[in-house]
Amino acid sequence: MFETKDYVRQINADGFRKKQGFWQSINLDPWLLLLLVTLTICGLFLLYSASDYKIPTLKRQLTFYVIAYTVMIIIAQVPMLFFRRIAPFLYIIGVLLLLAVLLFGSGAKGAQRWLDIPGIIRFQPSEILKLVMPLTVAWYLSSRILPPSFKHVVAVMVLVMLPTIMIAAQPDLGTSILIASSGLFVLLLAGLSIWYIVSAVVLGISAAWPMWMFGLREYQKGRILTLLDPERDKLGAGWNIIQSKTAIGSGGFNGKGYLQGTQSQLNFLPESHTDFIIAVLAEEFGLIGVMLLLGLYLCIIIRGLMICWMADTTFNKLVAGSVTLTFFVYIFVNMGMVSGILPVVGVPLPLVSQGGTSIVTLMAGFGLLMAISSDKQQFSR
Amino acid sequence: MQYRALKDNAREQRLIHIRTIIAFVIVFILLSVLFSRYFFLQIYHYETYATKSESNRVHLQRLPPKRGLIVDRDHQLVAENQPSHVLSIIRDRVDDLPALLDSLKRYQLIDDDDIARFMKRKKRFRAFEAQPIRFNLNDEDIAKVAANRIRMPGVEVNATLVRHYPQQGDLAHMLGYVGRINERELKQLDLDNYSGTHHIGKIGIEKHYEDFLHGTAGFQNVETDARGRVLRTLEKTPPIPGENIVLHMDLDVQKVALQALGTHRGAVVAIDTTNGGILAAVSTPTFDANAFVNGISHKNYNALRNNLDLPLFNRIIQAQYPPGSTVKPMMSLAGLEEKATFTWSKVADPGWYQLPNDKRYYRDWKRQGHSKFVGFHDALEQSCDVFFYDLAFKLGVKNISKYYDMFGLGWDTGIDVPNERHGINPSPQWKRSQGRGRWYTGDSLNMAIGQGYVLMTPMQLAYMTSIIANRGKRFIPQMVRKLGDNELPPKQRPAIKLGDEQNWEEIIYGMQRVISGKKGTARRIGRGLTYTLAGKSGTAQVVGIKQGERYDAKALKERQRDHALFIGFAPIDKPRIAVAVIVENGQSGSGVAGPIVRKVIDAWMLKVAEQEKLEKQKEEKLKKETKASKDNEHV
Repeated sequence: MFETKDYVRQINADGFRKKQGFWQSINLDPWLLLLLVTLTICGLFLLYSASDYKIPTLKRQLTFYVIAYTVMIIIAQVPMLFFRRIAPFLYIIGVLLLLAVLLFGSGAKGAQRWLDIPGIIRFQPSEILKLVMPLTVAWYLSSRILPPSFKHVVAVMVLVMLPTIMIAAQPDLGTSILIASSGLFVLLLAGLSIWYIVSAVVLGISAAWPMWMFGLREYQKGRILTLLDPERDKLGAGWNIIQSKTAIGSGGFNGKGYLQGTQSQLNFLPESHTDFIIAVLAEEFGLIGVMLLLGLYLCIIIRGLMICWMADTTFNKLVAGSVTLTFFVYIFVNMGMVSGILPVVGVPLPLVSQGGTSIVTLMAGFGLLMAISSDKQQFSR
Repeated sequence: MQYRALKDNAREQRLIHIRTIIAFVIVFILLSVLFSRYFFLQIYHYETYATKSESNRVHLQRLPPKRGLIVDRDHQLVAENQPSHVLSIIRDRVDDLPALLDSLKRYQLIDDDDIARFMKRKKRFRAFEAQPIRFNLNDEDIAKVAANRIRMPGVEVNATLVRHYPQQGDLAHMLGYVGRINERELKQLDLDNYSGTHHIGKIGIEKHYEDFLHGTAGFQNVETDARGRVLRTLEKTPPIPGENIVLHMDLDVQKVALQALGTHRGAVVAIDTTNGGILAAVSTPTFDANAFVNGISHKNYNALRNNLDLPLFNRIIQAQYPPGSTVKPMMSLAGLEEKATFTWSKVADPGWYQLPNDKRYYRDWKRQGHSKFVGFHDALEQSCDVFFYDLAFKLGVKNISKYYDMFGLGWDTGIDVPNERHGINPSPQWKRSQGRGRWYTGDSLNMAIGQGYVLMTPMQLAYMTSIIANRGKRFIPQMVRKLGDNELPPKQRPAIKLGDEQNWEEIIYGMQRVISGKKGTARRIGRGLTYTLAGKSGTAQVVGIKQGERYDAKALKERQRDHALFIGFAPIDKPRIAVAVIVENGQSGSGVAGPIVRKVIDAWMLKVAEQEKLEKQKEEKLKKETKASKDNEHV
């Protein structure tokens, strides 16, 4: 009976299709696009300061933006039904690629993250999973009755943990956190019982000790210890945190002015153009700059959640919510680790830090949001 | 069951909507947490981090001042600063210090001494400062460092100024030298002024005038990047260089004195009697002061230390010798003043003297005696011991000691070089305090001929001579004539006032007869004089001669032979120079020390004559010019 109602509504919607506006005709959400473009332009200006005025770096970044926007626009044109259909297959391919990385991967700094097919392509399969994970979990849950039963929760956990553990083993703690949360957000939005969450927290805390003893690698332990006391390793791991906190704090309310940040311009701040770029912003533009950036991010999140809210199907809602919340995790982990309240894990500041793959993946995610928003509009009343 | 199995889209959507709202609330809370974290860092702790960032960026660098130069009276350099390449280490940039030192050693750039010194001084330098480990790198060393630089981060070669003594050993003892600052000195130093300075005056003038020579350190605030590279200077206070010093010393006279002493051990001091300035001060053997500047190796130092001839010993102000007969003019003066003898007095000299009620013979240096009647001036001319034994008996120890005291014995002369010794002016109290028992009249007799307990430094001997030459005027001997732009005025002690000023002329006449008298002990050095010269020889026993024993120079070992002494000044009426010479184990005052005095005085008098000639020419020229101008006016 309920299904029938839904069916009727869809037919009706089809019958009374409104006259399409310009943005609807190209399947883009103008608000989201405006916010993203604003963020990108700010990011380029910041990168110019953070990378010692290196024009080549800027050009590279610009190229990535162009690619990323193209990817976003293309994805926005694809009907969500298509993604829903291919999600399980993408998931299987992604896991196989991760397996390949573990076996034949190449990488730097003691981590195997890249799959290198010489002369053809070189990429991080983990990035693909950032998109595939929410799609897969949403695909799985949207065809079940919500809130999910214990059986399905277990199934989802398996779907989530399998690639997460594989990525953590590369090791890439930052990405595995992002992928795990993108899957878990779907589960949470799908109405996971509050008791599961409570018991998971209890379990997590009780697992902390064996995890510390056997699960974490030395450098990861070091990062956590250094977070608690940066002075512990002043010139090593603590150096980054001490210098980034100094950069942020010395910015004050007004900041030192664009290109005037001594911490970043004199190279005291490490990784200033990648993971620690927020410290450059905080130093040169002060708390005002931080507030504006946070405001911009908040607007993007609100718009993302609005799309989630207005989405018609459960699948679309779950994907939109997960993509938006994962975007938030980027922000929170990055800004938290640079300001010294979270351990240093390799998570970039979304759409601002230098680095092509993360930008393309993020924009692909926004492509999904746009696709969802236009999906809704196509079938709107 | 059927019902439950059906999907309720509306319910599901409501569920998701609730979850979305919850998620948004959590997101908002967490973003607020982030914001408050940044607020905490940027507003609440702003001061802390602003200071931290500033001290990251700005470093205070000390700029060491240039050490003052030292020149002789004709402005010939005796101490200068030469550019030198220094190997330094910045510990901050070194990963493994022991390994680095090891590899530097392997490249033969440093040795164990350098490493030991480096480790000792480490505390003085902050980790980002360049700490020198070796000075004076040669081209080959520099090439080695350049070739291996990549493998040795934190190693630097810098050019700095390092002290150099172009005259090497010629005046090492009085000039002294600088050396690397040691722990003990560090505790007493003004660290602000000396950070950046690596050397400090260790002895001699370099030490005495350290404060003037060193100057005042400047500083600059520099902006550095994370690697410590200086990007720009923000603020700079330039250092004030040390004062240059002009010495009284005349390098030519100094070299004549050095040559005249030759291979003898001994000392020469020449004083400008018009102001007390030291014209020459030689102690032989000497050493190369440059060896000490950058740290002398243990081997070389021990070689100098263990040398029997004691090259490091500053005989000029630290060696104490019995003055022998050179004190006789002073004794004669005491005799005249205290009415113990008169210019018409005559004493019989059979070759010995005996005190009443004492069987002991006090021998004259001339075994057969001088003559039946030795007069006042004869006694000085021939250096008749018996005359002075008799005089001493009449004067008594109190008077003898009084005159020694007036002429500076037992006191520092006040020379501007540290670590001066002040000789021994013996007295009954002194002898008792030394635990040597009662004072005998015989002790007084020995005292009158400059033997026994009396000890004087060559500097004191020259000071005494200059007082006689100046007829009682007591200029304090000084090395330094000009400090920066300031001419230092001559320093004086109150002059010796005699009851009868004519007495000066009497003893000086006696001293003149030493040179020009028929029986003068030093008549040989008086040949071909172009000026008037007064002098007195002295031959001082090193080992006591027992009663009834004859002095046999050949039998005595070289180091037990008598010391040869001579004092002299010239010209007699308007003295310009007073000289004292001691030749250790030289045997004959008049034969060995006398000619040295003559050579030194000759060298100076030649210069004086030249100078006077020049001045005369100038005067005449001036006269002519004024005359010519006057003539022109008439036309």
